[in-house]
Parts: sequence; structure tokens; C-alpha cells
Amino acid sequence: MATLSFFYFGSVIVLTAILVVALRNPVHSVIALLVMFFHIAGLFVTLHAEFLAAVQLIVYAGAILVLYLFVVMILNLQQDDSYQRQVKWGLGLGLIALAEIIAIISKVALPEEPASGKTAAGEAAETIAGNTETVGKALYTTYLFPFEVASLILLVAMIGAIIMAKKGIMGPEAK
Amino acid sequence: MDMLVFAGASVVKIAVVMVTVLLTVAVLTLAERKVLSWMQDRMGPMEVGPYGILQPIADGIKLFFKEDIIPSGANWLLFSLAPIISLIPAFIGFAVVPYGPNVEVELYGVTIKPFIITDINIGILYVLAFTSIGAYGVILGGWASNNKYSLLGGLRAAAQVISYELNVGLAIIGVIILSGSLSMVTIAEKQAGGILNWNIIGMGHGLGIWWWIPVTQVIGFVVYFIASVAETNRLPFDLPEADSELVAGWMTEYSGMRFAFFFMAEYANMILVSCIASVLFLGGYHAPYPGTLLPGILGYFEGIAWFTVKVYGFLFLFFWIRATLPRLRYDQLMRFGWKVLLPLALANIVITSIAVYFLR
Repeated sequence: MATLSFFYFGSVIVLTAILVVALRNPVHSVIALLVMFFHIAGLFVTLHAEFLAAVQLIVYAGAILVLYLFVVMILNLQQDDSYQRQVKWGLGLGLIALAEIIAIISKVALPEEPASGKTAAGEAAETIAGNTETVGKALYTTYLFPFEVASLILLVAMIGAIIMAKKGIMGPEAK
Repeated sequence: MDMLVFAGASVVKIAVVMVTVLLTVAVLTLAERKVLSWMQDRMGPMEVGPYGILQPIADGIKLFFKEDIIPSGANWLLFSLAPIISLIPAFIGFAVVPYGPNVEVELYGVTIKPFIITDINIGILYVLAFTSIGAYGVILGGWASNNKYSLLGGLRAAAQVISYELNVGLAIIGVIILSGSLSMVTIAEKQAGGILNWNIIGMGHGLGIWWWIPVTQVIGFVVYFIASVAETNRLPFDLPEADSELVAGWMTEYSGMRFAFFFMAEYANMILVSCIASVLFLGGYHAPYPGTLLPGILGYFEGIAWFTVKVYGFLFLFFWIRATLPRLRYDQLMRFGWKVLLPLALANIVITSIAVYFLR
């Protein structure tokens, strides 16, 4: 059952991810991306990480993608085919990414798997503690420093966005 | 066999909830018109049936047999998809609402909770995740109609829903801190024992006789209610529709059943929001007095009755606000959301968490 659902989610994710870049209409691309986010959330659920699944939907599908849609609609990119001309760049970057994936898979897939019993135990512990608490404790103990750095970066980005949007904020001459 | 019994019981529970919600939607369409009429000293629908009580059936038949028009410039796929995208999230949230006490019943050797469809450990986040998807129906419907009024309505809806969704999320954090759980069932169970223990008062969290004052969730409740009125696009926050300026916004080009889907989604969202407000702030199925008056199994149904009363109270509040307040201007809406509700919700979180940290 778990393998079956993994292959379902995985194949839909790959398919919709290809559709995101292959579809001509940008709004259709956004819909494909929405379907993909749903299936990534599904993958999290199969891993018993329900909290991450919900956050995935709230943050990516509920907020970020709506903003994408907003921009796509306002710009009205329907007739813009310019990004179809970047085949050379796309091929180059794609080859690098493919080489990376092959390197990772060959490293992971080749040795026999002694870690299977360990992950099952970890999974059981997580479901007992409740994965929301587990994520919270990890964020505020082990990963406190990266967490704070990330929030600082977000704050800086926010201030930057405000300054870029408000033209008159730097002085009267900017008006 | 066990699996079969469990699945059968779940399907029955889901069917009962769906039918109840759809019936409530039908009742609400009439109730809204009647309540508004009475508040404006009119009679409302009187033609179909005695006092017009068969009006929802007439409306339903009319919508069902209306011609289904797709504008020639519209994007056919998204135009058809948008009503469904807004309807499904509105219904899917009812899966985690506790309608009655968390009791277990043995049926052919399988334990079944008759009043709860499912108790997932992220219950409230699950609801938030799917209500945020509902915005896509509005935005895509507006865009796919190929009509500038519809597009404007859709874009307004996008901005409004994102802004107020944040306030909904922040307003309930106080309740989550107090309950220590995201599960709606646990949150409801922790408010047992009378009106003083409901989260809106907040005495039921073991903080002593006087120290409940800082953890009272009145601010959270008010912010939640205002933000959820805005999120369901109801007056006075119905700028995405704005009949008088955008001729019904994203719904302009819709007719027949597709329009009915949007309509049902709006009312189902109202019911869902009322259910969540009842569970989070008003004790869900708990009566204002400790325990239940009726013994045994009847007591469970007393709980369901109290839950129904609370939900209908909220729905009446929706109509009342609609009849009383004029529509906000767009900049007023945004300023109110970001400069009034957001700081209030943040202050509520800070005060609640400090109080819980020092007093518990």
C-alpha cells in the first residue's frame, strides 16, 4: 500500500513538474504546479509528517502560488513564447542536474540497506511524540541558529521589498 | 470484515454530514432572505409554499434547468474547473469537525466514533490548508471568464483572501497554545465543564481563579470572526463580488449549475467557519452548564443540539452584519486587515504565550 501510494504520488509529481515547464499557457502551468504541490503534500502524509503536509499546502499552495497566479494574470503572458527559445541554456543546466541525480542515486542505491530497521524505530517514536511537537522542538533546539538566520534573511527581504515598492521613502526628490 | 465495517460506517457518517450541510445550505438561502427582509421591514419570499418555505427547492430547480453558457472568449477548461475547485475545499473541511462527544461504539466488533468522522492530529491546519485552496476557484473563475470585471473581482479576491487568511491563522494560535494540540477533537474536549471553561473565557486551563484573565481569548475570537467574514467574501467585505461596481465580480459570466456551485461553496464556507468558531472558542458540543441534563445516549444528542445552536447563532450573526454594515472601500479593507487585525492577533499571541509560560 505504501509503495503503491509512493509510486502514484511520485509519478504524478514528475508528470506535473514536466507540464509546468512544457505547457504554453502560464496559467495552466500554475495549475499543474498546484497539482504537484498537492501530491508533494501527499508524499509527506505517507511519511507520517502531517504537519509538513499541511504547511506545504498553506505556504506554497495557499500563499506563494496565489501570488504567482496574480503576477501571471496581471502580466498577461499568454502570447509570450520567449522562454521557449532558451533551449541551449535549458539543455546545459538539465544535463548538470541529471548528472547530479545519477551521482546521488548510484551512491544511495548501490550499498545494501542496513538502515531500514533504524528508520522504522525513528518513525514510531515520531508518531508517539506527535510530529508537530517534534518539528517544533528540533527548530528551537538543534536548528535554532539556522532558524534565526532564516528569519533574519526574511526580515531583510521584507524591508528591501518595502523600500523598492515605496518610491518616495528615500527622500522628497524621489517623488 | 473489520475493514469493511469501518469503511461502511465512515461512508455513512460522511453521507450524513454531506446531506446535512447541503440541506443547511438550502435552508440558509431562504433564511438569509427572510432575515434580511424582516430587518428591512419587508416580508421576503412569500409565493412558493406557505410563507415561502419551498423557495429553496424552486431556486434549485431553476438553477438546474437553466442554460449553461460558456462565453466564447473564455478558457473552457478553467471556466469549468473553477466552480469545482471552490466547492471541494468548502466541503472537505467538515471531515475534522467534532459534531458530538468523543465516544466510542462497538459495531460488529469494530470501535467506531459515531459523532466524529476523523480525528487527525493536525485537524485545524488541515482546515486552513483547504480553505486557502478555495481562493483558486475565485481567481481562476475570474480569469477564465475573459471579462475585465470578472478579472478585477478575481484579483481583489486573491489579495483579500491572502491578507485575511493570515489573520485567521494568527487568531487561533492562542487557542492552540492553551490546548496544546492542533486536533479539533482535543481542543473541544479541553473546554468541558460549563461556559467559564470555554476558550473565549478561558478559565478551564488550570491557571487559578484570577489568572485566567490574560489567557482569555476574546480578542482572538473577535479577530477570527471578522477575518472569517472577510475570507468567505461576505458583506461588508464582499469586494470581490461588489454587485454595484463589479456586477458580481468573478461570477458575472457564470450561469446555471456552475453558478450554483459557487453559491453553494460560499454558504458551505460560512457553515464551516461557524463550525470552527464554535469548536475553537465556544466549547463545541459542550453545554454552557457542566455536564449534560439528559442521561446516557440522550446526553450525546444534547451535545449535538448545543453545537447546532452555536453554529446557527454564528450564521445569524453573518446575516445581521450583512443587514447592518455598508461595504468597505478597498484601501479601508486592506488597512483594516494589516494595521488593525494583524497587530491585535499578534498581541493576543504574545500575551497568551507569556501567561501560559509563567503561570502553568
